[in-house]
Amino acid sequence: MADSIKDRVIAIIAEQAVLEPSDVKMDATLEDLGIDSLGLVESIFAIEEAFDISVPFNANEPEKSDFDISSVAAIVAAVEGLIAEQTAS
Amino acid sequence: MKRVVITGQGTINALGSNVAETWEAMREGRCGIGPLELRDVERLAIQIGGQVRGYDPDAVFNRQQIVLYDRFTQFTLLSAREAIAQAGLTFVGDLAARTGVVLGNSGGGMNTLDENYRSVYEDGKNRVHPFVVPKLMNNAAASHVSMEFNLKGPTFTVSTACASSNHAMGQAFQLIRCGMAEVMITGGSESMLCFGGVKAWEGLRVMSKDACRPFSANRNGMVQGEGAAVFVFEEYEHAKKRGADIIAEVIGFAMTSDAADIVMPSKQGAARTIVGAMRDAKVNPDEVGYINAHGTGTAANDKTECAAVADALGHHANDLMISSTKSMHGHLIGGTGAVELLACTMALREGVIAPTIGYEEPDPECALDVVPNVARDAEVDVVLSNAFAFGGLNAVLALRKV
Repeated sequence: MADSIKDRVIAIIAEQAVLEPSDVKMDATLEDLGIDSLGLVESIFAIEEAFDISVPFNANEPEKSDFDISSVAAIVAAVEGLIAEQTAS
Repeated sequence: MKRVVITGQGTINALGSNVAETWEAMREGRCGIGPLELRDVERLAIQIGGQVRGYDPDAVFNRQQIVLYDRFTQFTLLSAREAIAQAGLTFVGDLAARTGVVLGNSGGGMNTLDENYRSVYEDGKNRVHPFVVPKLMNNAAASHVSMEFNLKGPTFTVSTACASSNHAMGQAFQLIRCGMAEVMITGGSESMLCFGGVKAWEGLRVMSKDACRPFSANRNGMVQGEGAAVFVFEEYEHAKKRGADIIAEVIGFAMTSDAADIVMPSKQGAARTIVGAMRDAKVNPDEVGYINAHGTGTAANDKTECAAVADALGHHANDLMISSTKSMHGHLIGGTGAVELLACTMALREGVIAPTIGYEEPDPECALDVVPNVARDAEVDVVLSNAFAFGGLNAVLALRKV
């Protein structure tokens, strides 16, 4: 199941970056992938829709958000955390 | 070129239902932002706004008017009535033909759209009221002002998102300046505080859930407002001849496009517009005493705007005052420049600089005198009003004390 979340998040990021999923490395940052602030907001929307979760993210203070966007791996982990948290409650 | 002066002003916004109340609130640094009261608010992630409260449309408009006037039109008419009453003008004959209306607005009749979409999509109704179209169209407010006051000159609506009102007032200024009109009713309005209007803004993730704190290091986004402000712009000799009370002179205007990004602001674009307005007004940077900032309270705008002001005004940027009254009345989107021009006329006329409230922590990237939290008494001769819109469209006005 964990793999499938990872694959689906990577697919969303890859689509936004106009890359093949195989070219999205786990240690890449959004900047490495050429995703700007609008692309980020759109990716978060796609993640919320795909997993039916709510992602707490304010573009004005990304560092204060519980949603870590520092790398692809961090985003995958954050999404996994939110899914566990929001389906448990 | 003709000179242009302001001889009337009116408003309704979260701070008050007229200019006197609004000026008093600005002087006291009062916050008009609070919990939103609207249908389905519990389904919104953002639940605060600068709403016009204690307003009963049935007390001021009759049934036949209300079926035609969306909330943004109502706000506009109330503001126009106050402004035109102050100016003391009656529009007949040649003056009526040489007076027009240019208003800024972004969303049009958003409440009308919201209510009628709800009715057909959610409630499954197959009929809507026959006046939905004339009620929601963006030019409805301008047309109703024209009809109520018999204004038969150039009349239209300008829609450039958050710069709409500044662009509108810039057009009104140019029309009188070049002799195409004697008097122009100008300003703008917005009424986007309905479920769909707030929900759309939520999507961008730039809204604050608690407060608008422009220039403060802990700012976390913008807060929407609603309302209108309307001004009477008049050719100087015309105003002088009839002994009108002149509130201020409009001396310059500039507008530019960044041609860069649909949402991110540009320091170069903003600076170019500020310089353009000063050049058009024939003033030097050191004459500018106050700038009403665009100051949305987003991370991106405020630091970009401060850098642009520093670029455009050089070392004088450190000596002038700059404040964002959005901290008090919220961001009125297409109407915001109009309400903010009231802070400019207050500075020139009353010698009071409206504060930036909610200011808690200095931000080294916004290291200007932002008049934190408390209004200040100061004599200023020249002021600027900034508007930098989504779409990269910039419009800056310059005013002088008379």
